[in-house]
Amino acid sequence: MDHAAEKAALGPITGRALVVGASSGMGAAIVRELLARGFAVAAVARRGAELETLRAEAPERIHTRVHDVHATGEVPALFEELVRALGGLDLLVYAAGVMPKIGPLEFDTPTDAEILAVNTVGAIAWCNPAAEHFQAKRAGVIVGIGSIAGDRGRKGNPVYGASKAALAHYLEALRNRLSDYGVRVCTIRPGFVETPMTAGMNLPGAITAAAAAKTIVSYARRGSGVRYVPMKWLAVSLVIRSIPSFVFRRLTI
Amino acid sequence: MALAQSYRYVEHWGMAGGATTRVLCPRSVMELRASFAEARASGTPLTLRGAGNSYGDASTGSQGFVIDCTRFNRILAFDAATGIAELEPGVTLRELWRHTLPQGWWPRVVSGTSFTTIGGIAAANIHGKNNFAVGTVGDAILEFDLLDAQGNLHTCSRERESELFHAAIGAFGLLGAFTRIRLQTKHVYSGELEVTTFAGKNLRELMDFVLAHVDDADYLVGWIDCFAASDALGRGQIHHGRYLHEDEDHDAEETLRVAHQELSPMVFGVVPKSELWRATRLLNHDAGMRFINGVRYWQGRLEGLLPPKRWTHVEFSFLLDSVPNWKWSYGRRPGHGLIQFQPFVPKESAHAVFSEILRRSQARGFVPYLGVLKRHRPDPFWLTHAVDGWSLALDYKVTPATREALFAFCRSLAELVLDAGGRFYFAKDSILPADALERMLPRERLDAFFELKSALDPAGLLETDLWRRVAPERLEGARETRAQEVRE
Repeated sequence: MDHAAEKAALGPITGRALVVGASSGMGAAIVRELLARGFAVAAVARRGAELETLRAEAPERIHTRVHDVHATGEVPALFEELVRALGGLDLLVYAAGVMPKIGPLEFDTPTDAEILAVNTVGAIAWCNPAAEHFQAKRAGVIVGIGSIAGDRGRKGNPVYGASKAALAHYLEALRNRLSDYGVRVCTIRPGFVETPMTAGMNLPGAITAAAAAKTIVSYARRGSGVRYVPMKWLAVSLVIRSIPSFVFRRLTI
Repeated sequence: MALAQSYRYVEHWGMAGGATTRVLCPRSVMELRASFAEARASGTPLTLRGAGNSYGDASTGSQGFVIDCTRFNRILAFDAATGIAELEPGVTLRELWRHTLPQGWWPRVVSGTSFTTIGGIAAANIHGKNNFAVGTVGDAILEFDLLDAQGNLHTCSRERESELFHAAIGAFGLLGAFTRIRLQTKHVYSGELEVTTFAGKNLRELMDFVLAHVDDADYLVGWIDCFAASDALGRGQIHHGRYLHEDEDHDAEETLRVAHQELSPMVFGVVPKSELWRATRLLNHDAGMRFINGVRYWQGRLEGLLPPKRWTHVEFSFLLDSVPNWKWSYGRRPGHGLIQFQPFVPKESAHAVFSEILRRSQARGFVPYLGVLKRHRPDPFWLTHAVDGWSLALDYKVTPATREALFAFCRSLAELVLDAGGRFYFAKDSILPADALERMLPRERLDAFFELKSALDPAGLLETDLWRRVAPERLEGARETRAQEVRE
């Protein structure tokens, strides 16, 4: 197939998305889902080899850039470069996240700071330029991946939960700030999803990353609010959130 | 700390056009200089922008970077004994009056919105509802510092670099960036004005009323119902505003306070004004606007029978701010919005030209939803729009579907104005063709202006979409120089 014919076979571009944290897990699944729906995608991640694999799947529709989300100073220029390459932007997804194993009585500041840098500070660094961009043209969608772990302060991983709770708080504020401008902001709260981050964990009823990505992208096309993935986690969350603190501290969840 | 920047859509205030560009936000002369240097090194043209309140393309730059001056915004000094304010360019009129009014001073010349910046209003040489009495904002500026494209600072006043003083005010960002402005404000005895309403059955009655009151009014502004036809063509109302004398406001200390001036954020105490545009949007079509304009006219007739009322300065001067984001009633998506067409016509032919414009608009089916009539006087600034005559500001609704036909129609109206020796005001313009500038202003003055431009900015670094539209040939030479500089 020649170049033009291949392009035609892909159909028209239905939207332009930028996905940060695209090399594996939920991020990679979201990129694939967007490509399947006719999006042109800019995929950003730390690991170049994984990005290459992704790029090979749809070289016509994907732009890749290696970027470490710790380097927040690079973001404005990189954002501009990628939006130019895409010819505009309709959707930003921040899917980068880390969840290191934390011992029951481990209090390690460098590890904790690292979690916040990737899960929260990096998200803010990417959402801010997108918010400015979308606000000015009064259209656009921002998607952040929170977690049910951000619902309560659990014993297991205090800073992971805090990083996701902070992200959810930030996204809610962004949603309210931008609501006057026709910009939507979605907070995704995945329950158990099979990804490299959760590999080796015992997660009953976990869904695949591809299935989660389908729901997330569908939600991003119309929603503006908080979406549990899958929906049943809303019920679980409501229960967990209603447990009184003096009981919650005695539980092992 | 790196210079703040973003990549976003920068549009005409009226939303009819714009482009996605890199926006740099310098906060000081140093940062401004750095952004000039960066652009010069890469041969990228720069557009200076304040708060972006020009209706058209006066502060958009689709070809290069945009410099947003709104964060360069300290009030450097204010002397409550003389009323002289020293301001950085990003200070808005709102910030200024909130600082000065409690001390008894009000900006001498203000725009219809308070969100404009001092740098922006100096670059546009704006006028207010008191243009006939006190001139433009340039007449209230005592001195300024201007950073030219090569990084040199010029301190200009009527005595010092007087040519540049009179050329840069009203130059729409072509000669340099204002970095400091010394502004004379006006002493007021009260936070309120006395406002009298007069309703006139046609344009002639309104103009006669204005002429009869130029000596006893401080402000005169007319609202025209552009839908009224035949004998009632140009009917509307005039607001006649007068400053209060020292003994007329016994509670001046209270009326001068910011809290007394503040517009309530709610309507009827419960509906937030920020949502009002959604309601006005339902009436944003010819039938709805015919109705609104009719109601406003009859309301004016009624008010005309009542004794004068007191309005706060903010209510009277910044009427456009009373409904936040009212322009969204024209549509919120980029490309949907309004353009303003504001001809300035010498007094001899103003009535005939305005009547013809209203008649043609009605015949063509493009009826302005808002018409504003003002009296003007000439001023000494090189590129001034003011004439000894009148202006009629007309808001036309624009959508992507009507855009081309509307622009062509407005250009045909512009011919009428130019033939009558009229001028246009770039802060409002979106439609003027490339030859309009040469027809509006004397050739020698334009030659002198562009000579100054090439001396200060040989590489043509400073441009705007507006300047590229109205003076493409005048900018041509510099573009070549700019490219050459980068090659070297």
